[in-house]
Amino acid sequence: MGVRNLIELQTPLSEKAVRALRIGDVVSLSGTIITARDRAHQHLFEKGSPLDLKGGVLYHCGPIINGGTAVSAGPTTSARLERFEPEIIRRFGIRAIIGKGGMGKATLAALKEHGCIYLSAVGGCGALLAKRVERVEGVHFLEEFGAPEAMWVFQVKHFPTVVTMDSHGNSLHAEVEAKTAGRA
Amino acid sequence: MQLADALAELYLRAATQLPRDVEAALREAAKREDGVAKASLEMILENIKIAREEGRPICQDTGTPIFYVERPAAMSERELRAAILEATRRATKEIPLRSNSVDSLGGKNSGNNIHSGVPIIHFKEGERLRFQLLLKGGGSENSGGTYTLPNELGGRDLKGAAACVLDLVRKAQGKGCPPGILGVCIGSPKELVVQNSLRQFLRPLNERNAVPELQKFEDSLTAEINSTGIGPMGFGGKTTVLGVRACALSRHPASYFVDISYSCWALRRAGLEFGDGGAKFD
Repeated sequence: MGVRNLIELQTPLSEKAVRALRIGDVVSLSGTIITARDRAHQHLFEKGSPLDLKGGVLYHCGPIINGGTAVSAGPTTSARLERFEPEIIRRFGIRAIIGKGGMGKATLAALKEHGCIYLSAVGGCGALLAKRVERVEGVHFLEEFGAPEAMWVFQVKHFPTVVTMDSHGNSLHAEVEAKTAGRA
Repeated sequence: MQLADALAELYLRAATQLPRDVEAALREAAKREDGVAKASLEMILENIKIAREEGRPICQDTGTPIFYVERPAAMSERELRAAILEATRRATKEIPLRSNSVDSLGGKNSGNNIHSGVPIIHFKEGERLRFQLLLKGGGSENSGGTYTLPNELGGRDLKGAAACVLDLVRKAQGKGCPPGILGVCIGSPKELVVQNSLRQFLRPLNERNAVPELQKFEDSLTAEINSTGIGPMGFGGKTTVLGVRACALSRHPASYFVDISYSCWALRRAGLEFGDGGAKFD
């Protein structure tokens, strides 16, 4: 698909700012994002959050951190988190999810209902994306989950993403899949 | 240079320097694409450059290490294994690599990339001491799979095998970080088809298949997969795979497996020859 607008966004994100986005918009994000992958999602889903996530941005990422600095920090496959995400968006008031590969129908519905957005980062670009992490501000569950699965709090600047699922029921992933899934 | 030093250096090269043949294929792909697909490939190329220049892992998932070792008859596998484990510990700490060794029951991460059977090491006897290292990413590994022919997709021939590969690619969509590279192995037993589909990633993208029938299979399948339109990261586009590498084993009369290993675009491999002349990397 073509590239639409280039939009600069700063956290915390308002519902209005999120609702204004459409699939294909390129978003350069600055502010606070929090990594959460498989184990963090399960914890958020079953037990709650160690920090306030209202209006926050979750990043599906298991980074390499060395001496308090992000060395490599690209996205992980979001599809594994589908079973938790709709409820997490609802319960914690998440405004944006960053990941790769897209998510399913239940998450798409939750984005629409609660005013949230799914942003794709380019998979495998760990070195480039880590350089957009200005500071690692904290970490939760480092001992319990291990470094890849911990919840890291990042301050990012101009973190490059593209909207691939918006809050109006549109999913680039569903569109591409519908076009490509037929038998040859 | 001690062997363990050279092996730690091999890890660094594999994790931070994408093979030139893969980079060249990505560069060609970027020329063909437009829109979000092109922008993604350009970001990938920029990322490769940053990783190489700054010695940062290309991807934060530094994968599962798989070693293919050729060793002279007189050399002890036990000693070579010990050197590999030492290098793994050091590389994990010094580069650093991400520790991808999680206890499946308790959930504890060992922190050093060493656990049951990992690093994977395949030894064979030869004339010289040579190591090839693959760092196999986990996300794309989840997109791979094994099919058993005949099934609803086709019969026991290359046409049936191609149908299985296409089915897998369509199901994977953008999850395995396309444009990917597919390793395909046809035959049996099941244990060997998985090992051999992975081994296909050692073959450079610009190297022809020695079996003409399989070369044709690779070419036509590459074209067909790229015509699906899944594209880079599944954003839609002309490049879904950079290549397909296939091999065929003989098989048990009852079995006809088609095993497909999916590599993300970040196919990380590096080679080392170690001998009297010191360490030689490729």
